[in-house]
Amino acid sequence: MRNQILKDENDRVDGIYKVTGKAKYFAEYELPGLTYGVLVTSTITKGKITSLDTKAAEKAPGVISVLSHLNKPSAPAYEQEGGPALKIFYTDKIFFNGQPIAIVVANTFERATYAASLVKATYAKESFNTDFEKAVSDASSKKLQGQPDYKRGVEDAYKTAEVSIEEEYHLPIETHNPMELHGIIADWRPNNQVTVYAKTQGVKATQGTIANVFKIPIENIQVNSEFVGGGFGMALRTWPLEIATVMASKHISKPVKVVITRMQMFTMVGNRPAAVQTIGLGAKKDGTLTGITHRAFGETSVYENFTEGVVNMAKFMYQCDNVNTQYSVVPVDLGVPIWMRGPGEATGAFALESAIDEMAHALDMDPLVFRTKNDPEKDQQRNKPFSDKNIKEAYRVGAQKIGWSERKNKHGSLVDGQWKMGYGVSIGVFNANRGRASVKGILKADGSLVLQSATSDIGPGTGTGMTLIASKLLGIPVDRIKFELGDSSLPPAPSQGGSATLSTVGSAVNDVCVSLKSTVAELAANANMDATSNFVDVLKKNNLPSIEVTKQSQAGKEREEFSMYSFSIHFVKVKVHSLTGVVKVDKIVSVGDSGTIVSPKTARSQMVGGAVGGVGMALTEESIIDHRYGRYINNNFADYHVPVNADIPEIEVHFINKPDPHINPMGAKGMGEIALIGFSAAVANAVFNATGKRIRTLPITPDKILA
Amino acid sequence: MINFQYLRTTTAKSAIALLLKDKNSKFIAGGTNLIDLMKRGVTAPDKLIDINHVPLKNIEQVGNNIIIGALASNTAVAENALIKDKLPLLAMALNAGASAQLRNVATVGGNMMQRTRCGYFYDTEMPCNKRTPGSGCGAIGGFNRMHAIFGTSENCIAVHPSDMCIALIALDTTVVLANAKGERKILFKDFHRLAGDTPQLDNNLKPDEMIIRLEIPVNNLSKNSHYTKVRDRASYAFALISVAVGLEIVNNKITDVRLAMGGVAHKPWRLTESENFLKGKEATLENFEQAAKLAMKDAKGFGENDFKLKMAPNSIIEALTVAKSKA
Ligand SMILES: Cc1cc2nc3c(=O)[nH]c(=O)nc-3n(C[C@H](O)[C@H](O)[C@H](O)COP(=O)(O)OP(=O)(O)OC[C@H]3O[C@@H](n4cnc5c(N)ncnc54)[C@H](O)[C@@H]3O)c2cc1C
Ligand code: SF4
Repeated sequence: MRNQILKDENDRVDGIYKVTGKAKYFAEYELPGLTYGVLVTSTITKGKITSLDTKAAEKAPGVISVLSHLNKPSAPAYEQEGGPALKIFYTDKIFFNGQPIAIVVANTFERATYAASLVKATYAKESFNTDFEKAVSDASSKKLQGQPDYKRGVEDAYKTAEVSIEEEYHLPIETHNPMELHGIIADWRPNNQVTVYAKTQGVKATQGTIANVFKIPIENIQVNSEFVGGGFGMALRTWPLEIATVMASKHISKPVKVVITRMQMFTMVGNRPAAVQTIGLGAKKDGTLTGITHRAFGETSVYENFTEGVVNMAKFMYQCDNVNTQYSVVPVDLGVPIWMRGPGEATGAFALESAIDEMAHALDMDPLVFRTKNDPEKDQQRNKPFSDKNIKEAYRVGAQKIGWSERKNKHGSLVDGQWKMGYGVSIGVFNANRGRASVKGILKADGSLVLQSATSDIGPGTGTGMTLIASKLLGIPVDRIKFELGDSSLPPAPSQGGSATLSTVGSAVNDVCVSLKSTVAELAANANMDATSNFVDVLKKNNLPSIEVTKQSQAGKEREEFSMYSFSIHFVKVKVHSLTGVVKVDKIVSVGDSGTIVSPKTARSQMVGGAVGGVGMALTEESIIDHRYGRYINNNFADYHVPVNADIPEIEVHFINKPDPHINPMGAKGMGEIALIGFSAAVANAVFNATGKRIRTLPITPDKILA
Repeated sequence: MINFQYLRTTTAKSAIALLLKDKNSKFIAGGTNLIDLMKRGVTAPDKLIDINHVPLKNIEQVGNNIIIGALASNTAVAENALIKDKLPLLAMALNAGASAQLRNVATVGGNMMQRTRCGYFYDTEMPCNKRTPGSGCGAIGGFNRMHAIFGTSENCIAVHPSDMCIALIALDTTVVLANAKGERKILFKDFHRLAGDTPQLDNNLKPDEMIIRLEIPVNNLSKNSHYTKVRDRASYAFALISVAVGLEIVNNKITDVRLAMGGVAHKPWRLTESENFLKGKEATLENFEQAAKLAMKDAKGFGENDFKLKMAPNSIIEALTVAKSKA
């Protein structure tokens, strides 16, 4: 267990496994008798399956079974009324193009792939709409679902302000596209015992979903997901394709593996929903904000609703007595969206933070001065103090590092040949959560510590953070600590999402360590040893090979007294080519204000990854659909442009690194989301500063600059 | 599984003989395009003839010509000292294409033969005259941001995606092809075709032929050559617009000029009229602007690609300006 290769105590505990291929991802598990499933998908966008010819597929070499709504493989919950609209293999309805309609299981992946191509469906087609922008413009009269309206002070106060702006902002669908393809291995054994190897952000959530659909006891289900090759939110639910795989395994009594294709990653496992937003801002001539209105439409599906926090930020981020927000979702005939990193807040922040910049421009103020002037002392939405907030300091640090003093308020002032230079700033904010989690700690007489929790690590470095918390508290070197996760039989923890894992599970680690420490102290006292004795000696003296403790930890009353948020400030310098319209990000400075930094290296990586994702959101990423057919056009890595190394400049990351005195024992707040939230607006603001062009529709591609 | 036969051969002669035997057979070189097309079900050859071991990887100067074998890898050409010295435009264009990994296996012949990246061509559920003649063109009235503005037909508005080929057409390249009977030569500008009524045909290579080598005359354009590629990200993306420029400037007078554009047509697009205009003129911005304007005669957008009507002339000016500025 001793890991000799760790060099720096802040290194990722699993880094060496990842870079040497020893980290085992779900698709790499070899089970005896493993079979391979391939999904057949609908080629129409809406309607009904009228016939499904599976004969040729069934006869194809190596095929074991073909499952569809025709043979309804057993899933007790789906046999009842109610439940989700898209009950896979229990409906002949088509809700979107690319919907799984059958699974072909064969003894090799290639044979399953070929046989899947032999399944022929005919349909009764219905008219459909996949164009969200069109749906929004048609929607106004209809009654829409969404979230409750919010109002404080006067509604739409911006309309009567001394200076006002009102603008519309558009975001396309984005697709998470983690490197690792989605899928699952399911092994249904006699007596309804099920083991799955999953790609999930929550082993307990996957376990619960399977238990619900198949109506078997939770204890019968073992979910393993030790390593996850990125998720960005798309693995926050158990998708129909995973249920289909479990059904197939149950049906044929053999383990079945499904790994979907890159193209299926666009249709089957969610997207960042498109959005259309209007922001109205009003201010006095001296730069005091007097009105904020944020109205947003988010994309959802016709068969299931999805909502997120698009308009949250407007309610508290700036000092303003008159604020109103509205958020509705508009259905289109596409797969249901799901949170994508930074989720709705990142969508909302693009609009709000662009608008703030537009207002600063309208006032002829430096946007940094305007922001600082309207920085709130307390949370006006909840009428509570912030538990911890150091935005002014973060502005100062970032401004100095990016060289803000070089910036000219008049756009187009900095020119180098055909390149125009500009600077932009924006802020990101996300609720600093803390949930409930349990952790078990086993302190051993050999000097090592094992910690266990059914949490996940989709990449941020959960194990590293937890190890560092424990190491600091118990004085055990990091290479003698092992943090086990990704296993549903371990003490329960929530799914990894909403930037809460470090705060939630870390607190339980803290409590476990504190408890172990006092147990050791008691044992020392019993054995008449010095209170400062090393735990190894204490355990030996007491003839104990190990001691263990399990603790559940959760937030207390502090959340009623304080408003808790993590903040980030993004500074960006861009250059824009005036002839070709190419935008290059020249320098990035991101400052995190998220309490104590428990794990400096992985925290920095989070911010770097967020910035890269932010460059993608700002400049390149867009999932394109031909609305005549309802099919994605750029559903591959050649045409869906995530940024490449050549797009990414030097990224500087700074942290305020002051403990939040209220949130949790570590004083540490989440960072995964804030790393991305607001970033795209910083780029758009910098593009404006460089060129005078305000691009309100992402991504900012060269054609938009030239338009 | 869709089974196919895999054969490997070590001479051009036997490769051609194998090709003749089975109508539904295909050469495979780097495989970076062909395998993708097979995976997507766009093509399903019965027989793959691996030509990677055919000794056509030579890069050398013979008399006044630089010779490049059809199986030289994109990287081998781009990094070759002779090419960097005498045909830097070709090296620049190659390096602007794909990614290092792809260039390491992609070959000169395969690059010329690569098919369009039009999304409808790749999706067998969509109409596409190039894939299935008569099924219609999905891109017209659909997503055509990447598509052609010159020489289009009502049947197909796809572009040839290559960067390398834009430099090759500018450099007055000759292509040497062979069939069982012997070799023939055609000018590079006559190798690729416009879509016209036969969108399924990308070029004039006959079904029984193999690309053997390129012959490129040496020139005096090395110093003032430039390849400008405008794309949606800084690397690993196809051109929205690309421009290959070679200038020979004596006392600020343009004595020789080559201009070609990519991302605009079903074939590499040589700007002959602009070249004729620039020849003998001073290398000034005004003249560059005029040349760009001339290049755009007969350009036509299809909606989402209308921006190319502005980006193309701008890119010509940019490429000329940068080429001129090289000391
Ligand atoms: C993600 C991605 C991005 C890319 N980006 C770019 C880019 O930006 N710019 C660019 O220019 N290209 C780009 N490419 C395309 C790449 O350049 C081509 O795929 C490559 O050049 C093809 O060469 P190959 O040897 O692999 O051809 P193969 O795939 O082996 O063959 C392609 C075709 O050529 C035929 N063929 C091969 N050799 C001969 C011969 N000697 N005689 C007759 N026929 C022959 C084959 O039969 C086949 O039909 C990209 C490709 C990918 C996958
Ligand atoms: S442009 Fe050409 S390749 Fe594209 S859909 Fe039309 S016919 Fe097919």
